[in-house]
Amino acid sequence: MTKISKLTLSVALNACVLLGSTVLAVAAGADGHGEGGFPPFDVRHFFSQIVWLLLTFGALYFLMSRVTLPRIGRILEERHDRIARDLEEASQRRAESEAAQAAYEKALVEARGKANTIAGEARNRLSAESETNRKSLEATLATRLEEAERRIEATKTQALSHVRGIAVDTAQAIVSALVGTQPSTGDVEGAVDKALAAKPAA
Amino acid sequence: MTIDPIHQFQVQRYVELLHVSGVSFSFTNSAAFMVGIVAIIFFFLTFATRGRTLVPGRMQSVAEMSYEFIAKMVRDSAGTQGMVFFPFVFSLFMFVFVANVIGIIPYTFTVTAHIVVTAVLALLVMGTVVVYGFFKHGTHFLKLFVPSGVPSFLLPFIVVIEVVSFLSRPISLSLRLFANMLAGHIALKVFAFFVVGLASAGVAGMFGAVLPFAMIVALTAMEVLVAILQAYVFAVLTSIYLNDAVHPGH
Repeated sequence: MTKISKLTLSVALNACVLLGSTVLAVAAGADGHGEGGFPPFDVRHFFSQIVWLLLTFGALYFLMSRVTLPRIGRILEERHDRIARDLEEASQRRAESEAAQAAYEKALVEARGKANTIAGEARNRLSAESETNRKSLEATLATRLEEAERRIEATKTQALSHVRGIAVDTAQAIVSALVGTQPSTGDVEGAVDKALAAKPAA
Repeated sequence: MTIDPIHQFQVQRYVELLHVSGVSFSFTNSAAFMVGIVAIIFFFLTFATRGRTLVPGRMQSVAEMSYEFIAKMVRDSAGTQGMVFFPFVFSLFMFVFVANVIGIIPYTFTVTAHIVVTAVLALLVMGTVVVYGFFKHGTHFLKLFVPSGVPSFLLPFIVVIEVVSFLSRPISLSLRLFANMLAGHIALKVFAFFVVGLASAGVAGMFGAVLPFAMIVALTAMEVLVAILQAYVFAVLTSIYLNDAVHPGH
């Protein structure tokens, strides 16, 4: 504002200087020119024109600098501020939406990871279970197999032990049928044992 | 009515307000137009910005464009410090512009076709440069006439040339506007008289009058251009001269 008042001062000073010098000039030259000259050079009207110009231009300057220009300036400034504010808000909103997008993607990745983990755990658990089942089944089967083998072995041993008795009885019967005498059980047993030892069971 | 192309420049006294020893102070047609110009400018700009809307209408756009146009002109020529002169240059531009444009309308008085008006405006500009320059920079303002980097033996001549060029500024500034306005209006009036003269000379003359009439149309278009251009030139030169008041050291 001080700058404006300085300028107003300088303009006012100016006007005074101009007015003073013109009054002198016009007063000096007033008699020199008669009626009907070239109008723009008609000195008789100079004074009025200068005074009215200074008055009207002064008024215009006052109105423009005090009323009109601040008014237009304010409108422009408000628009400028509004645009700046809107742009700022827009960029803020964009940042927010970008943040939301990033959060969403992060959540998505997390969820996917979690799902993978759960699926893996389930798979591991199931395969471990089936492995255990398989092992226990195999163990049972192995036990039963062993038992069966043992039973077969026992039966075989039993059967084999019967073979000697049958052979002794059979040999005793054959001998008695052929020879007509009953060999002693001890002799037959000894012969059978000898034969068994000579010809091991296949 | 006699054929007198300079009748349009005649100042007519409406009311004589004061008369002291040969100097008269009157309300004239010139004064009426000056008052009208100021009224038009003020009321148009006020009316145009009455809504103060965020999105400007047509009239508000005109007001804003003129504001920004002159603001840019002053800032480009005289820098940010030169913006103290913005209201001054704006007033000058609007005054000259409206005066010039109004003057094109037939039967009007062209304020700026009077050398005393343009001279006062030009002296106002140069006076502002000098007063503000000394006010702001003191004797440092005189550096304006002493450019730096000039060989010392050339300096006196340069200073003389700078002073002469400075003093011739108000003359060229005022004469340019005055002569443009005066010449254009006289040319228009001369062709208008041709039209009247030929048309009154019979049927053939009426057909012949079409030519100068076409010329008037073309000249009027050119006068509109000149009116706007001269207002612009006046404002641009004012900003450039005012730059000296703000930055006298070049």
